[in-house]
Amino acid sequence: MKEQLRNVEMQDLVFLGFILIVATVLLSIFPDRREVVITTSWEFFVEMISILPAVMVLIGIFAVFVPKDLVVRYLGRDAGIKGIFLAIIMGALPTGPLYIAFPIASALLKKGARISNVIVFLSAWSCIKLPQELVELEFLGLKFMLARLSLTVVFVTIMGLAIERMVAKWNDCEC
Amino acid sequence: MNVATVIINIFALGCLIFAFIKDRTKAKMALVIALKSFIRVLPTVVAIVIFIGLLLGFVPKSTISNIIGEQAGFKGILVVAVLGAVLHIPSLISFPLASSLLKSGASVTAVAVFITTLTMIGVVTLPLEIRELGKRIAILRNGMSFVIAIVIGLIMGMIL
Repeated sequence: MKEQLRNVEMQDLVFLGFILIVATVLLSIFPDRREVVITTSWEFFVEMISILPAVMVLIGIFAVFVPKDLVVRYLGRDAGIKGIFLAIIMGALPTGPLYIAFPIASALLKKGARISNVIVFLSAWSCIKLPQELVELEFLGLKFMLARLSLTVVFVTIMGLAIERMVAKWNDCEC
Repeated sequence: MNVATVIINIFALGCLIFAFIKDRTKAKMALVIALKSFIRVLPTVVAIVIFIGLLLGFVPKSTISNIIGEQAGFKGILVVAVLGAVLHIPSLISFPLASSLLKSGASVTAVAVFITTLTMIGVVTLPLEIRELGKRIAILRNGMSFVIAIVIGLIMGMIL
């Protein structure tokens, strides 16, 4: 896992270097574009930097104060709306990138959790993270954020139930 | 500074003060984690910010709206959906990128589809997902997420 993380960081630096080179080359060929590119970049940078520390503090607080086995402890037993609701809440806790969630999901399935809950949990984890939503609010506005969130919750629930049905059917056929 | 920025910072500050009242050592640990994640995400933030500057400075609005604008049709939506599924950008960074695309002529549908496939589908992490959850669930989840991302985007395009 550690090695994976190091690779990711290396990739980030390579990406940054690549972008810097492209920007330098383009802006020296087209000096008339310098001003608009630099102002736009700077505006976006200021907007990012004025919320990033807050977002990171929230991630840090949740990482320390929310126990690691919370999800496995509470998720999976409840079916129906309560189960789905818990899955969304647990998934929305700010706890890192999606690949961390796969082992948790696997543990849940082995424990006998409902597939629909696990799917909803994974989807919520990937696209309804609490700090990320604050960034969405900042850049895309309240209307966009609320519309995307509520639609996502609805369709992710439908998807979870559908996948659960399908897997159950397949298992029946094999038996 | 806009209202959202202020609210976000007040919210984080409130949580931090509460954390310090509850447990000093844990709150300090949280700050260390915050600093580390901040440093880790910084190169990507700078890179994306420069990318956005180049995008808005060099690519004409008409080009972007031709590819992924209101009139671009379903093909444009498919393009961003696939792009979102394949690219591996943290969702934190995807929002400023999405907002710059909106400003330069992309449709709400295209942007919503892009964000949704970007966050929900991971082609890069698919092998890991298959190993942990099995082929069946992993492929069903990613495949169906692709479809619902497009549905979510289309509905958002209609209501916003």
